[in-house]
Amino acid sequence: MTSYPTTWRRPPQIVTDRRWRIVLTVAVIAYLVIGVGSVDLNWQRIMEGGARGLRFINGFLQPDFTSRWKDISNGLIESLTMTLTSTVVGVAISVPIGIGAARNLAPAWVYYICRSIIAVSRSLQEIIIAIFLVAMFGFGPFAGFLTLSFATIGFIAKLLAEDIEDIDEAQAEAIRATGASWLQLVHYAVQPQVMPRLIGLSLYRLDINFRESAVIGIVGAGGIGATLNTAIDRYEYDSAGAILLVIIAIVMVAEYSSSYLRKFLQ
Amino acid sequence: MTDFPHTWAHRSPRARLALWFGWLCLVALFVYCWQVMTANTIWMFIWDAPRQAADIGNRMFPPRLSYLPELMKPLWDTLNMATLGTLLGVILAVPVAFLAARNTSPSVLILRPIALFIIVASRSINSLIWALLLVAILGPGLLAGIIAIGLRSIGFIGKLLYEAIEETDIRQIEAVTATGASPTQVLNYAIVPQIMPAFWGITVFRWDINIRESAILGLVGAGGLGLKLQASLNTLAWPQVTMILLVILATVVLSEWVSAKVRGAII
Repeated sequence: MTSYPTTWRRPPQIVTDRRWRIVLTVAVIAYLVIGVGSVDLNWQRIMEGGARGLRFINGFLQPDFTSRWKDISNGLIESLTMTLTSTVVGVAISVPIGIGAARNLAPAWVYYICRSIIAVSRSLQEIIIAIFLVAMFGFGPFAGFLTLSFATIGFIAKLLAEDIEDIDEAQAEAIRATGASWLQLVHYAVQPQVMPRLIGLSLYRLDINFRESAVIGIVGAGGIGATLNTAIDRYEYDSAGAILLVIIAIVMVAEYSSSYLRKFLQ
Repeated sequence: MTDFPHTWAHRSPRARLALWFGWLCLVALFVYCWQVMTANTIWMFIWDAPRQAADIGNRMFPPRLSYLPELMKPLWDTLNMATLGTLLGVILAVPVAFLAARNTSPSVLILRPIALFIIVASRSINSLIWALLLVAILGPGLLAGIIAIGLRSIGFIGKLLYEAIEETDIRQIEAVTATGASPTQVLNYAIVPQIMPAFWGITVFRWDINIRESAILGLVGAGGLGLKLQASLNTLAWPQVTMILLVILATVVLSEWVSAKVRGAII
């Protein structure tokens, strides 16, 4: 007679082999010991940081919008104009690339060229592109505009291409059966099917571009990030707190209005 | 008798007019923004750019291979920063996610909006900005980077996890409740097993993103490969810059592959 266990134990969910579980646990613990050990901490410096941290939290709770308002508003205008122009230009460039990267519309050689443009644009990070473009075009929002446009291309073109590949082929077939040319096919069969999603993606990208525009200023590409960097370098935590609050507020407004608009459009 | 139009058109005349007006507004806004943005641009630098690009391109090749051994320690630091940062983010994000999910939140009126605000605030500030702040507060080093990555991960993990919690199957929860389980037991035996695959998927996905982000956090002094990048850029050592970028690219590709494999195995 087999004896049944008297208590129930929950079966393991993900790694079902017991030996593997032990090996993995030991490996994770070993990594944590080595990893945490290799972070050398300067406790004295961290203790000193406590006071600064409190000053920063104070600055955040009592933000100073007025004394640097001119810089903040300049940075904001730069960021906002940069965001809008780069999104418009980026979307305008990525529409032909997206069509070219759709397997059902483009011949093979165009497809590969467009896909490699997308891959390049996606694999490089905004901040690294910004460093190079600042080195080429000089400091200021123009380099930021180019960075964001370049990053927009990879994002929009990839999603648009996937969308075009997912369209209802029956409608394209019907248009083709009327003897339509390639341009007419794109205009009457593809465009109505992907337009709502393209608008949604563009709004989403507008939102992302604003967030990114706050970051690329740190390497000299203009915008509110540059103002923030200056404020922190001068230890003006109350102004930095004000800038961060402005960024959070705009991002929240952008996120809610873009998700509302997308719901309204779809 | 109404007369029908002779030719077929996609839209009615009024819709066409509205559409044209919308495009006109967009173009006007674009032109206006362009004017404002380029008001202070020095065009000479911009026409000069192709020459600069060619110059930098020439200096960047070939990459300095002998620099590679020196990059191993920063690479290890970068990986540590991403992994420990993800761990910190997960530890902080799990309670936030349970507070934010409608079906597990202890108080929908007070705690849920606070948890949602934490998620939005963490998502709207990039990890580079967190690092900038933390380096100013804690001093340069890996710790600032780890905390920056952790704080930034809260929003991402918290948002996806609370959506997963809200999508759990109510019948399993009812079945466990019907056995007379306490609220913690319901959490432990009904909700946690359901969100476990999503949890690991989200964590590995965020780890992959964090590898990318931690590679550049050094630009503001938070250690890792970015610190070397900053040093090489400041001394205009372009062959070293190329080498660092190649290492970053290889790491990113590798981590993406690992994360895709792990997620494929779990989900």
